Amino acid sequence: MSIAAAVRLRTTRLSLSGDELAMRAGVVVLALVLLVIVGLPLWSLLAKGFEDRDGRFVGLANYLAYFSTPALFDSALNSFHVAAATTLIVVPLAFFFAYALTRTVLPARWLFQGISLIPIFAPSLLPGLALVYLFGNQGFFKGLLGGPIYGFDGILIAQVFYCFPHATLILVTALATADARLYEAADALGASKIRVFFTVTLPGAKYGLISAALVVFTLVITDFGIAKVIGGNFNVLATDVYKQVIGQQNFSMGAVVGMVLLAPAALAFVVDRLVQRKQVALLTARAVPLIPRPKLGRDAFFIAFCTLVSVGILAILGMAAWGSLIKYWPYNLSLTLDNYDFAKVDANGWDSYFNSLEMAAGAALFGTALMFVGAWLNEKTRDFFLMRGIVQLLAFLPMAVPGLVLGLGYIFFFNAPGNPLNFLYATMAILVINAVAHFYTVGHLTATTALKQIDPEFESVSASLKVPVWRTFARVIVPICLPAILDIAIYLFVNAMTTVSSVIFLYAPDTKLASVAALNIEEAGQTAAAAALCIVIVVTSASVKALHVLSDRFLLGQLQAWRRR
Amino acid sequence: MTNSHLEVRNLSKRFGDFIALGDISLDVAEGEFVCFLGPSGCGKTTLLRAIAGLEPQSSGTIRQKGRDVSALPPAKRDFGIVFQSYALFPNLTVTDNVGYGLVSRRRKRAEIVRRVDELLALVGLPDSGPKYPAQLSGGQQQRVALARALATSPGLLLLDEPLSALDARVRLRLRHEIKALQRRLGVTTIMVTHDQEEALTMADRIVVMNAGAIEQVGTPQEIYRRPATAFVADFVGSMNFLSGKLAAADRVRVNGHEFSCPLQDGLAPGTAVRLCIRPEDVRVRDLPSDVVNRVTVEVAELDFVGAFCRATLRIANAADVAVTADFSSNLIRDLGIEPGRQLDVALPPDRLRVFAA
Repeated sequence: MSIAAAVRLRTTRLSLSGDELAMRAGVVVLALVLLVIVGLPLWSLLAKGFEDRDGRFVGLANYLAYFSTPALFDSALNSFHVAAATTLIVVPLAFFFAYALTRTVLPARWLFQGISLIPIFAPSLLPGLALVYLFGNQGFFKGLLGGPIYGFDGILIAQVFYCFPHATLILVTALATADARLYEAADALGASKIRVFFTVTLPGAKYGLISAALVVFTLVITDFGIAKVIGGNFNVLATDVYKQVIGQQNFSMGAVVGMVLLAPAALAFVVDRLVQRKQVALLTARAVPLIPRPKLGRDAFFIAFCTLVSVGILAILGMAAWGSLIKYWPYNLSLTLDNYDFAKVDANGWDSYFNSLEMAAGAALFGTALMFVGAWLNEKTRDFFLMRGIVQLLAFLPMAVPGLVLGLGYIFFFNAPGNPLNFLYATMAILVINAVAHFYTVGHLTATTALKQIDPEFESVSASLKVPVWRTFARVIVPICLPAILDIAIYLFVNAMTTVSSVIFLYAPDTKLASVAALNIEEAGQTAAAAALCIVIVVTSASVKALHVLSDRFLLGQLQAWRRR
Repeated sequence: MTNSHLEVRNLSKRFGDFIALGDISLDVAEGEFVCFLGPSGCGKTTLLRAIAGLEPQSSGTIRQKGRDVSALPPAKRDFGIVFQSYALFPNLTVTDNVGYGLVSRRRKRAEIVRRVDELLALVGLPDSGPKYPAQLSGGQQQRVALARALATSPGLLLLDEPLSALDARVRLRLRHEIKALQRRLGVTTIMVTHDQEEALTMADRIVVMNAGAIEQVGTPQEIYRRPATAFVADFVGSMNFLSGKLAAADRVRVNGHEFSCPLQDGLAPGTAVRLCIRPEDVRVRDLPSDVVNRVTVEVAELDFVGAFCRATLRIANAADVAVTADFSSNLIRDLGIEPGRQLDVALPPDRLRVFAA
C-alpha cells in the first residue's frame, strides 16, 4: 500500500475535551444570537420589499414602482452625487492632515490630532445646525453664499466636517507605518522629493486612501441627520426611507428604499475587503521606523494647513456652542442657559439625555462582553469550521448595513405579531441590542486583531498544564487585551451616544434618546435647544474619551506594571 | 522495546495533497533524550505537535506508556511543552507562570510555593520569582518556560526549537543545562531542532527527518560516523561527495583513481555511486609507505576558519575532482602547506561511505 493510499484511508478525529465541547456550544449560541440580532432582521427587511401594504407577496412590484417614480430615483442620484463630492474633498484634505501628523515636525501634534477627532463625538446633525446659524435664512454670513445653504451645498459642507476624522484616522494609520530605509534608499539613489512622494509615500498609502474613500462615501450615503437638518428640498436616499416609513407609513416602499440604500454600502464594503486582502504587511519586523526631521518650509506650510483645518472644525463646533447659549437668534445675542432647559421644548426634558446615557452604557457593557467573548470563542475554538464561518459572516455583515436599514429591519422582525421576542419592542433593551448589532463589526475586528497578536501557543501551554480554557481566558487573555477591551467599550459608548440613524425607528416615548430628541426639537424650529442638546452629547462623549485616554496612560500603567520593560 | 515510553506507529499527516508526514513509526524509551533533526519543512515539528495532540495526525497511532492517546485532546495527554517563543504569560510573574499548572490541580498554597521555589532553583533562577517575563533576558525566559513545563512532573517533555531564538553564547550554555537537568530528572524528552550541533551534543538518539520521512535513527556517533543515507551524510556535518562507479564490491573508481572502501553488499558492480569522506578524516601526516588509498593532490585553496584551515585539494591527473580537508594550524606549519603545493594524502577505507548516486 502506497503512503498516499494509507493516508487517504481515514482521518483521526480527536475526542473533545469538556472545554472544547463548551467552546463549541458557545460558538453555536453566538451564531444564534447574531442570527437574531443581525441576520433575521435583515431577512425580514428583504422579504418586506416583496410584499404590499397588507403583507401579500407581490414580487418585484415595489421595486418597479420605485424605479418608475422619478422623485424617488432622483434621490438615489442626489445621494450618489453628494457622496462623490464629499469624498473628493475629504480624502485629499484628510490625507494632507494625516501627512502633517505623521511625516512632518508639527508642534502640539496631540492638539491638532485631538481637534481633528472632535466631529466623531458629535451627532451628525450638529454641523447641520451650525451651518444654519452661519448661513441659514437668518445666518451671519447669509450674504456670502450665492444661494440658500439648504440643499446640496449645506449637506456637502456638513458632511466634510462629519467625515473628516474617519478618513484622517485611516490615513494616519496608513502613513504611520513607513520604513525609513525606503526613504534612505530613494535619497541615496538621488530621487527628487516629488518623485519620492509619488513612488514611495503615495504607493505606501494606496490602500489607506482607497479605504478612506470607501468609508467616506458610505458614511455620506447612509447618514441621515445632516440631510434631515440642512437638506431642504434636496432629497436623498436616507431621508426618503424616513419619509416613506414615518411620513407615509409605507413600510414596503421603505424596505425597498432601504435595500437600495444597502446596495452601495454593501458594494463599498466588499470592495474594501478585497482591497485589504491584497495588502501585505509593508512594515516587516526589521523595518526602521521613519522619524520626521525638521524642515522649515515644509513644516511651516503644514502648520498653516493644520491650523486652518482646525479653525474650521472649531468654528463649526463653536458656532453650535455659541448658538446654544444665545437668547434669541439673531435679534437678542445676550447669553443664557435657558436653551439647556429642555423641558420647555420637549416633554421628555433631560430624560432623553439620561436615556442616551443608559443606552450607551448598556451597549458598552453588554456589547463589549459579547464582542470580546465572541471573538475569543471564534478565534480559539478548534476546527468546527462551518459554524465559525457563519459567525464570521454574521459579524461582518453589520459593517455593510446602514443604521437606518438595520433599524427598519428591527421593526419588521421584532414587531412581527408572531415573534416571541415581540416583548422587546419599544423597550430600552431593543435600543441596546440594536446599537450592539449596528456596531458589531468594528468591535469584533478590534477584539480579533488583539487576540491574533497573542502567542497562539498560550492555549497549547495551558492544555499541556491541564488548565481549563476559561481560567487562561480570565487570568491571561483578558488582562493582556484590556486596552483593546476598553477601546471597544469606548467606541460603543460614543457611537451609541451620537447615533441617530439606527434608532430613529425604534424608540418609544419613554425611551427617546438625546440625538433623536435633538432632531425632533430642531424639526419644531427650536434650533438653539437642539444645538444645546448636541453640545451636551459632544461634551459627554468627548469627556468619556478623554477619561479613556487618561486611564490608558496612568491607570493601566499602574495596574499593568508587567507592560513596562 | 520493553521500556518504551512512546510508540508511534504508521503516523501520517497531510494537508490537502501535501504529505507532511508519511507513515512514521518510532519508539522512544523511558528516560531517553531524543532529537528530531531536519531542515525546515521536513515534518519534525508536525510530528512533535501530533505527539502533543496539538495538530492531530491524519492516520496512525500513538501510544504513551501503553495507553492509546491517538485520539485524545492535548489536555488529556501527559506532557509538558516549551516553545521557541517561550509563550510565557506576560501579565503574570515568574512565580505565577511556573505555578500556573499547579494552581488548577488544587494543591495547597504552601505546597505550590515550595514546588515553585524548588523549580526556580533547579533552573538557576532562585530570585526571579517576583519579576515579570519582560524583565528577563531571553535565556532566563526560556528557563522559566522550562520550569513551568516541568512543574506538573509530566512523563514526557517536548521542546520545540527551544534554543533557536537565543544568541549563540546563551544557546551553548543552555544546551548543557537542559541536558544536565534532563539527566537528573530522568524525564523522557523529545526536542525538535534544525541545528545539527545541538542534536549531536544533547541527544541520546537522533531521528533525522527529511520530506516527511525518517532517514535514520541512531546515536549521535552512529549518525555522524555511519550515515545511512546520502541525505544524512550531507545534512549532518560536512562531507565530500565524489562521483564514481563501483568497480568491485569493495572498490570505487573515481575519474581514473580506484579507492578501496568497505564492502558494499547491496550494490552491483558498475553502479554509479558517490564516495563520501568527512574533511577531518583526510590523512596527511605520517603516511606509511604502503598506505591504502594514497593519492597525490595539489592544494588549490586554503580558507582560514579560525581553529583550523579548510583546504580545497585537487587530485593530480583528475583536476576536476576536488576534496576538502580540515588541516590544523600545526599541521600547516609543520608541513609547510600553502596553495599550489603538491602533497600526498590518504583516504582511510574505514572512514569512507558509499551511496548509490
